[in-house]
Amino acid sequence: MSEARYRPGERVRVMKAYPLGHVRTPYYIRGHTGTIERVCGAFPNPEELAQMRDGLPPQPLYRVRFLQKDVWPDYRGSAKDVLEVEIFQHWLEPA
Amino acid sequence: MTDKGKYQPLSYFQLMEVSLRELLVEKGILSEEEIAQEVETMRQRGYQRGSRVVARAWLDESFKKKLLANGTQACEELGLEIPALKLVVVENTAEVHNAIVCTLCSCYPRVLLGIPPEWYKSRNYRSRMVREPRAVLKEFGLNVPQKIQVRVHDSSADMRYMVLPMRPAGTEGWSEERLAALVNRDCLLGVAVPKGPND
Repeated sequence: MSEARYRPGERVRVMKAYPLGHVRTPYYIRGHTGTIERVCGAFPNPEELAQMRDGLPPQPLYRVRFLQKDVWPDYRGSAKDVLEVEIFQHWLEPA
Repeated sequence: MTDKGKYQPLSYFQLMEVSLRELLVEKGILSEEEIAQEVETMRQRGYQRGSRVVARAWLDESFKKKLLANGTQACEELGLEIPALKLVVVENTAEVHNAIVCTLCSCYPRVLLGIPPEWYKSRNYRSRMVREPRAVLKEFGLNVPQKIQVRVHDSSADMRYMVLPMRPAGTEGWSEERLAALVNRDCLLGVAVPKGPND
């Protein structure tokens, strides 16, 4: 298992990358900065699984919390509103 | 609707499903019977299992703590069969309202709550719930005051989500069964809140 590199509370940026294939990182969140909410555990890499490979070693998976107003500049609602998305470690970099 | 026997070609995904099912049977991996049985089991699961979990959490503080820390383990302790489910339970409070969506496909805690409603799988809900959640909730008849934080959970990978709503006022002394009856499917997804006798 790959070691979890980030801890709850740490700031991270989702990589702005556009690889082909089966990717579980929603398009709209790429390039945005958020905070680690929790470490969910480690799971086989879905991008590898989709290619009929074993996806091992399992990759750490995080829940990352983003402020809605950071994700959508014209967001209408409370400035406190947030969005939480599951992101695999290889899609994150320190912010 | 009356069936006039009009020929309808199979869609791409219907054809894929039939092909896969026939191959599994031909190769002896599954029998027709086993497939029919599993479909039946899926149909029989209902959201009421989730309502029961909520009612228990309202009545039992230590169960609630366990549920929020490890949803899967807590449900298993109640004797619920939830194979392979990695459940995260998110709690509504006076400050936070939670809602669930899956923007990439339509991930849903099926083994706990059964088959998702059609709207949960619609492009409309999936795209707008992360973009303008308050407007979407309003369309469901739920006005969340600005002072309450809306927290939307995009179920984008391996975890599945359920909302633990707030217990309505005026339900002191109610039995688990009576409380569970207040919690419908929409409350478990965060597009509604349970209504008590005072609402």
